[in-house]
Amino acid sequence: MTDLQEHFQRTLDRDQRLEPRDWVPDGYRKTMIRQIAQHAHSEIIGMQPEGNWITRAPSLRRKAILLAKVQDEAGHGLYLYSAAETLGAERAELTEKLIDGKQKYSSIFNYPTLNFADVGVIGWLVDGAAICNQVPLCRCSYGPYARAMIRICKEESFHQRQGYELLMTMMRGTDAQRRMVQDATDRWWWPSLMMFGPPDGDSPNTEQSMAWKIKRHTNDELRQRFVDMSVPQAEALGATLPDPSLCWNAERGHYDFGEIDWSEFKQVVRGNGPCNAQRVAHRRAAHDNGAWVREAALAHAAKHSAREEAAA
Amino acid sequence: MSHDWPLYEVFVRGKRGLNHVHVGSLHAADDQMALHHARDLYTRRNEGVSIWVVKATDITASSPDEKDPFFAPSGDKVYRHPTFYDIPDDVPHM
Ligand SMILES: [Fe+2]
Ligand SMILES: [Fe+2]
Repeated sequence: MTDLQEHFQRTLDRDQRLEPRDWVPDGYRKTMIRQIAQHAHSEIIGMQPEGNWITRAPSLRRKAILLAKVQDEAGHGLYLYSAAETLGAERAELTEKLIDGKQKYSSIFNYPTLNFADVGVIGWLVDGAAICNQVPLCRCSYGPYARAMIRICKEESFHQRQGYELLMTMMRGTDAQRRMVQDATDRWWWPSLMMFGPPDGDSPNTEQSMAWKIKRHTNDELRQRFVDMSVPQAEALGATLPDPSLCWNAERGHYDFGEIDWSEFKQVVRGNGPCNAQRVAHRRAAHDNGAWVREAALAHAAKHSAREEAAA
Repeated sequence: MSHDWPLYEVFVRGKRGLNHVHVGSLHAADDQMALHHARDLYTRRNEGVSIWVVKATDITASSPDEKDPFFAPSGDKVYRHPTFYDIPDDVPHM
């Protein structure tokens, strides 16, 4: 082992963080860039399903909350792109890869938001699942990513609570509103479980990621944690989770739950979900339509610095 | 002209009496825009009372490794620490 490799391993063994100028193996760098970029893309694409409802939110209060939440997701994306750049990735290149479909984002955002209760259920379940995933990432071995996650996790708790509160309000409303909550719960429950990724037996990268202390728990462990948290929340809400095999297993100390439709997951990951094409096209249009702003700002900055130099 | 806005590093002072702390980076066309973006991105919840932005290319950095030879000169100067000195327990206020 070379000195550099030894330093890398020693840092991991002591549970310390790796920082941008530390030597890391190529595989670690590639894995980390890919994971952070996909995470950033997910935050950015994740603005779309909820952004869909901003202009149609039923009250000024809900509109202000939703706007703030979607702004937060933009912020999360930017924190993460910034972390990816410390590993040598280029921001513009990452954006290109997203809009060229060369890098993925979380498959959950390829589902449509059909009624306003979807906004609540996304906050409750989708942000809830994201929190389950992200809390252990606050201890990830790569310092800038871990610090971005700490910042993000602090903000996520507002996301989950506003969603759950929205749903509680609807459950106190009319029968039609309660049906909307149930309909949204039915549609989002299974995709939320898929957010944790393929089952452990079918997740070839998990072992290496755990050895590098990027991941602290397997996909199935985190999924189980999420199910255990969600069942009492659904009960308190008065909504039914769409899984007849969901029941408490006293022996395991966990809820048992039904088989996930992994063929659906694979289809959505491959690009054949209900909204994949729409999401990427929208992101591409936003990027293309913003090109003149980026150029104009640069031209303005160049003109100003030229004037200042002339005056000096 | 490069197509990318330059990278800025962002430092935020959480409240009066605290140091500015590095929080991350962002891209901006110029210093003023960097400040505005830093406010919008890193202080959405009153996280700061003051922001510094500096072009990443203007930062000169040591390696973060605390075992770096760069820091060796202070490594063997134990006499800079108060615990280096033996003072009897019965000497007051020391
Ligand atoms: Fe987020
Ligand atoms: Fe969120």
